[in-house]
Amino acid sequence: MSARVTRSSRSSRAFAIIAGCAVVILIAAPWWAGRADMRLFSEIFLYLSLACLWNLLAGYAGLVSVGQQAFVGFGGYVLFGLAIFWGVSPLFALPIIAILGVLVAVPVAALIFRLRGAYFAIGTWVVAEIFRLLASQISALGGGSGTSLPVSVVKSIASSRATRESVVYWTALALAILVIITTVFVLRSRKGLALTAIRDNELAAGSLGVEIWQTKFIVYVLTAGLTSAIGALIFLQKIRITPDAAFSVNDWTAFVIFMVVIGGIGTLEGPIIGTLIFFVLRETLADLGTIYLMILGLVAIAIMLFAPKGVWGYVKSRYGIELFPITHRVKFEEE
Amino acid sequence: MNAVLSISSLCKSFGTVKVADAISFDVPMGQSLGIIGPNGAGKTSLFNLITGTLRADSGSIKYQGIDVSTNNSATRCRAGIARSFQIPQPFTAMSVFENVLVGATQGAGLTQREAETVCLEILTQTGLVSRANDLAGALTLLERKRLELARALAANPKLLLLDEIAGGLTENECQSLVATINDIKSSGITIIWIEHIVHALLAVVDRLIVIDFGQMIADGKPKPIMNSRQVREIYMGLDADA
Repeated sequence: MSARVTRSSRSSRAFAIIAGCAVVILIAAPWWAGRADMRLFSEIFLYLSLACLWNLLAGYAGLVSVGQQAFVGFGGYVLFGLAIFWGVSPLFALPIIAILGVLVAVPVAALIFRLRGAYFAIGTWVVAEIFRLLASQISALGGGSGTSLPVSVVKSIASSRATRESVVYWTALALAILVIITTVFVLRSRKGLALTAIRDNELAAGSLGVEIWQTKFIVYVLTAGLTSAIGALIFLQKIRITPDAAFSVNDWTAFVIFMVVIGGIGTLEGPIIGTLIFFVLRETLADLGTIYLMILGLVAIAIMLFAPKGVWGYVKSRYGIELFPITHRVKFEEE
Repeated sequence: MNAVLSISSLCKSFGTVKVADAISFDVPMGQSLGIIGPNGAGKTSLFNLITGTLRADSGSIKYQGIDVSTNNSATRCRAGIARSFQIPQPFTAMSVFENVLVGATQGAGLTQREAETVCLEILTQTGLVSRANDLAGALTLLERKRLELARALAANPKLLLLDEIAGGLTENECQSLVATINDIKSSGITIIWIEHIVHALLAVVDRLIVIDFGQMIADGKPKPIMNSRQVREIYMGLDADA
């Protein structure tokens, strides 16, 4: 009897084809979708990216951060700063912002990695609040009341509004695809196996040669960099930034946690499903006002009670399918 | 000197409780050493100190002549010290194969291809190959114990620490596990084995150390130690005049 190891499955191959088609259709959105739809799609892509990254952080590395708004806001403010002070084109600024996000995350990680569990979570939030207070001190960027992106900078993306919105839309789509491909790539690598081991049992992972601190550090700074780029794009779309909007724990962390937990934390598919569920709920219930938030809360409670591993966790344990080729399967062949 | 492990004056306390009180011993290459002692004597703590899960208060742990006392457990594992846990610690949401793959890629540092081959061999050796694709969380106790062993082996250890790996098994299960451990022993891996099931232990080890209240109270050939009055009093719980 011989055996070989595969990672793709029928479901993952089928999903790859469906995802490929979906991407083509989404790239063509400017020709078939309305302006409002495209704004909504961009928002979905950006939230999808935030959810995938938070999942990598909390679901895999066990770093339950409630302070990712620090990097969303950082990205937004750096974009405005680069554009207003040095006239850097916003799209060109994105990779710079990602690198700056990584650099800022290094000392932050060195500081908050001393904290464990709930203390770590509170620590990340405190850091985000410090970022917010610092941003409100920059008077050249409007201090506490914020500022808008100069018209000249906005026009540098594209002169017509329609083209500009298409460019922002495509960038958001590209960023979401980049984030998903990066997480798939990371999880398929040796470090990804180490990360998955940390997710399941830190003590055992350490005893089998996994460098826990180093692995968590890499995940933290990598997600910080990408989160900063997403933050920049969020506020490029809004064209206006204030410290309260940029460093909002509700918008950039609480909703994201909702998506990941509802969809299924610690799986790649979970955040994607969770983001879709969130937006379906929001778009159908938003007219109800505050009742909408109460329904979100009820959905969260119901999922935690009846499917604590989230929607995808339930599907996976019931049907054993996965959409991304991550896990190893041994196939035995009779000779 | 060909000692794989050399421990000297190792001390560790939790508050007023001394779990290791000036413990010193050497383990030569290829030896199988058994460690016995009452519950709470400090046996598992000794393993935690050797693997780096705990840091010693004082004393030194030399592995192949190099002091590893300040290294973390991951570094020590990559250097060749692997362990099984008394309470199995599987990666529950990963398959059995992937559990072992962690040891082979992270601990032994093999490439993906090499690791896959090695893992299949180890799963065959430890009798888990039919469970390769099942989630580790779904395993029975015996299988979990075997998985502990398989993962530790995948890390390609020179020194293997087994913590009550036969505990809770039936007689038949225990015998087949002993056979597997004897195979590992004959492949030249140095073994330190903590076990309460003395007959299983005696079927493998060449030397026995007895620990009580964090202190080493006996060290030598298994037979004389098991027969010594001191061990019978302390470990077997017999009265002094029994």
